[in-house]
Amino acid sequence: MQRRTALAVIALAGSLALTGCDGGAPAATGPVELTMWSWASLQKVAEMWNADHPDIKVTVQEQGGGDELVTKVITAAKAGDGPDLVQAEYQMIPTLVSNDVLTDVAEFAGGAEDSFSESVWKQVTLGSPAVYAIPQDTAPLALFYREDLFTQFGLAVPKTWTEFAETARQLKQKDPNRALTTFSSNDAGLFAGLSQQAGATWWQTSGDTWKVGVDDESSRKVADFWGGLVKDGVIDNQPMYTPAWNKALNDGTQIAWVSAVWAPGTLTTSAPDTKGKWKMAPLPQWTAGAAKTGSWGGSATGITGKAAKDGKAQAAAKFATWLNTDPKAIAALVKEAGVYPAATAAQSSGALTTPEFFPNQPDFYALAADIAKGTAAAGWGPNVNVAYNTFKDAFGKAATEKSSFPAALRTVHETTVADMKKNGFKIEG
Amino acid sequence: MKRRTSWVPTLVLLLGAVYCLIPVLWVLMAATKSRSELFSTFTFLPGSGLWSNLAELTAYRDGVYWLWMLNSALYAGVGALLSAVVSAVSGYALAKFDFRGRGVIFTVILTGVLMPPITLAVPQYLLLAKVDLAGTYWSVLLPSILSPYGIYLARVYAAAAVPDEVLEAARMDGARELRLFTSIAWPMMLPGLVTIFLFQFVAIWNNFLLPYVMLADDGTFPVTVGLYSLLQQGASRPALYTLVITGALLSIIPLIALFLGLQRYWRVDLLSGVVKS
Repeated sequence: MQRRTALAVIALAGSLALTGCDGGAPAATGPVELTMWSWASLQKVAEMWNADHPDIKVTVQEQGGGDELVTKVITAAKAGDGPDLVQAEYQMIPTLVSNDVLTDVAEFAGGAEDSFSESVWKQVTLGSPAVYAIPQDTAPLALFYREDLFTQFGLAVPKTWTEFAETARQLKQKDPNRALTTFSSNDAGLFAGLSQQAGATWWQTSGDTWKVGVDDESSRKVADFWGGLVKDGVIDNQPMYTPAWNKALNDGTQIAWVSAVWAPGTLTTSAPDTKGKWKMAPLPQWTAGAAKTGSWGGSATGITGKAAKDGKAQAAAKFATWLNTDPKAIAALVKEAGVYPAATAAQSSGALTTPEFFPNQPDFYALAADIAKGTAAAGWGPNVNVAYNTFKDAFGKAATEKSSFPAALRTVHETTVADMKKNGFKIEG
Repeated sequence: MKRRTSWVPTLVLLLGAVYCLIPVLWVLMAATKSRSELFSTFTFLPGSGLWSNLAELTAYRDGVYWLWMLNSALYAGVGALLSAVVSAVSGYALAKFDFRGRGVIFTVILTGVLMPPITLAVPQYLLLAKVDLAGTYWSVLLPSILSPYGIYLARVYAAAAVPDEVLEAARMDGARELRLFTSIAWPMMLPGLVTIFLFQFVAIWNNFLLPYVMLADDGTFPVTVGLYSLLQQGASRPALYTLVITGALLSIIPLIALFLGLQRYWRVDLLSGVVKS
């Protein structure tokens, strides 16, 4: 009996070996085979491409997003392994470039520049002549509010941040159990976006010298503003994306959310009972009458050094450009992956249909396109993850203790600069 | 004879049981809730969405969840089986043969027991990528086969459960060493090997980092990595919490079934340990 078991094991192992070895060298005569890692569901879009382009075959391998994917791609690149194309959040592109994950495809994809706004394109070139990725989606910030509750409490939609603070105070007065919104310390991306709106650029390069501006005047203004609201107790200080936060949005304890254009997707899960009660408005402004906004999220399709090494960079760049600029591809992207496209033409095209959760705002995407026009440029550095993690700790503490937000910002700045110096980056000043 | 209930130990054990079972109860309850009930109804009350959750999970990307379950079963089943065999052979050799370097080998294995496998995932990936195995089924199976803890257990068990006299007698009757192992030592070690198999099965089934680092093709994912990829799909789409929770609940059922099914063996094992001491 033992022998039979052993044989079975060997037979099973043999069949594994057969199924396991399919990643071999591409046939010399066949089509160029590309693999792509993404968290968005792009299989169906890739199938459309494959049907029309017999010479380049793309396989999408769906991965979870987040910091872990960055680690995984960097590890794979170190081993000379990994995909030919990878979805990357804008703020991670400098990290991926400095780890030699992404390659410059300016000679193949430079023409795509005209399809995107300047502020978006800058994030995939890092302000250099190189092109490391093709923008896929953007996420301009806006104000989301409960239309029904604003009416009930006689509140006007704030157009400036001063009005925003005033609205928060009014609501607290009328109903101490509710809050306009919360300041959350668990995602630095939102604070970074708000700082961009105020005019901050957290990282800049000239030549090989970096300038870190986390603690610049504009960001300090934003920190001071939110810190004041938290200190006065007119807004909540609990983090987002917790069950308690979901509940607060669902039952109207919080009646507004500063978020990005993807908010309807999140609200669908977090506040299922509030369908049709939310509305989007432009982000409040620092100067009355201005129309500026920042970004929270968004990603691009990067072309990897491995593709370049295997001589597939041109094919990969061709696919990435098609995926993010071709109207047919973008329509499929919107439908299958629910993205808000980065290509300017697509933002006002018919591809975007009113979010299911916002049936009361049929001009949602027309307004979004308007808001997106004022998106401020963002500058990212090679250690965004360090800055973001420090943000969570420092602002988490400041929000709970209702202590100084600008001091917390100073901590984030100093930790970020120290980390860059330690890793051998030249820092100005 | 009247036995008094010892209240303190009973209470401590009860507390321990509650501590361990509450998360399970949470998963069980949450899996029955529909998307709109998940965050809005009381945590430990059942909802009404179990069947629709199951149907949705099965329909998701043409049933990819069940492919992940199959993959997990393959990694854990084959990995634990091979691991038990390797552990049995090595543990038996270390316990019953006196050879040069035995002490050194055993010390090295003991060091391996202290090394958390999680720290090895990235180096293992870099090594397997060099021989072009990264991304294959083997990349997850090979590192799972060698378990220092399993070898250690097998050595202890072989030393205790296989008497030297029996081996000696069989040798006198002319049995070869291979036969000695397969016909005498193996059956005697079986309860211990079942324990090793169970330990390894659970460890591989629950492993996340190793398969996450090794595998790129979502068709080869085990259920842990698959569920993770469901959770992290970017901000623009509604999060698939209900699917992930239902998937997590289903993924512990095989473990429970396995434990109950093999209970007979590991009970014997625990008891035999008691008698020996």
